[in-house]
Amino acid sequence: MAKLIGGITTSHIPAIGNAMASKLEQDPYWKRFFDGYEPVKAWLAEKQPDIAIVVYNDHGLNFFLDKVPTFALGCAKTYENADEGWGLPSATHFEGDEEFSWHLANSLVEQEFDMTTCQEMLVDHGLVVPMGLMWRHLGHWPVKVIPLAVNTVIQPLPSAKRCLDLGKALGKAIASYPEDKKVVIIGTGGLSHQLQGERAGIIDVDYDLECMEHIISDPDWLARQSHSEIIEKAGTEGIEVIMWLVMRGALPDHVTVKHKHYHAPISNTGAGVLLLESPEAT
Amino acid sequence: MAWEEKPYHKIPGTYVFDGKRSANAYKLNKMLFSFNREENRKAYEADPATYADKYGLPADQKEALLKGDFLELLRQGGNIYYMAKLAIPAGFSVQDVGAAFHNIPTDDFKQHLLDQSEDFQKKLKDREGYWHG
Ligand SMILES: [Fe+2]
Repeated sequence: MAKLIGGITTSHIPAIGNAMASKLEQDPYWKRFFDGYEPVKAWLAEKQPDIAIVVYNDHGLNFFLDKVPTFALGCAKTYENADEGWGLPSATHFEGDEEFSWHLANSLVEQEFDMTTCQEMLVDHGLVVPMGLMWRHLGHWPVKVIPLAVNTVIQPLPSAKRCLDLGKALGKAIASYPEDKKVVIIGTGGLSHQLQGERAGIIDVDYDLECMEHIISDPDWLARQSHSEIIEKAGTEGIEVIMWLVMRGALPDHVTVKHKHYHAPISNTGAGVLLLESPEAT
Repeated sequence: MAWEEKPYHKIPGTYVFDGKRSANAYKLNKMLFSFNREENRKAYEADPATYADKYGLPADQKEALLKGDFLELLRQGGNIYYMAKLAIPAGFSVQDVGAAFHNIPTDDFKQHLLDQSEDFQKKLKDREGYWHG
């Protein structure tokens, strides 16, 4: 049986991708931020997961506004990155796992989450930056990747509660896969940032830390909040934090906190990292 | 016909991207989306007005585009992620764009980011379990 061994959260800011490409890890601006990922990398090296489900939003690479799926699941054999106009070097391709993807799609739709299935899917910095943060030092990707794209770009977005509930359904879907696989789920995006308007540049450290604490022990606190409430605090792009709830919902209620890291500002953003281990890991 | 009012419309200095904005600027965002390709970025750079006309931009949006007025493009319904595909290849950082929205120098905008984050390490120490290096 497949086992969900843990969940990770991380920001996916393009500037991080540029910093990794330029090898700025020891640069004073970046050092504390990158050093805070070392415990996560060590845990991944020890646990050796087979599959990573990466929950992210597409920022206009694979999906244009002509068609916007609320929840889209990659069901392809491989995934390519491409030029998204942001000056990031394109990453090498990612291996998928079609059987596992289609099992998730079947199970999620049975559980009344009507996913869009994608057999061709370009993955943007929302997925590529987190993958680099976890595994770039190896020079290859040691896991099969399952992209799960959430619409956080154009309202109406799924509610925070819907994201948590999708995670719960995903947890059941993973647990019902018959093959022995070790799975991790990575919730990406956030924390507080607003790129647009006269209110651009807000960072709310207090709200970010409240989100991190509640994601661990009381995700319903965040799931109860409306988009307007979250945007008011975390900014228009900070709404991406709803994707952390997908990660959290997939894990059991009781998890072991293996790592908590926060740094601000990174580019325009408060950057948070969580590593939550499930009892399945041991 | 009526566009629904949402609480997020009342947040000052904030333009939450929704159906109403997207409907008003679909052609603009479609043009910005084309900048995923380098040949399109070059074609735009060579002749912005002709490129905008090819996408049928309304006059007011074309004017804001040619003036490089990011705030007006945003108000008209430009999506910030798509606008980045114009701004970043043109040499702007996201901090430059943020500063332009505020009409302040980029260094002041960067200082604003630092000011809000100033005591974050103390806040981490007041809580339990955070990594401190
Ligand atoms: Fe993002």
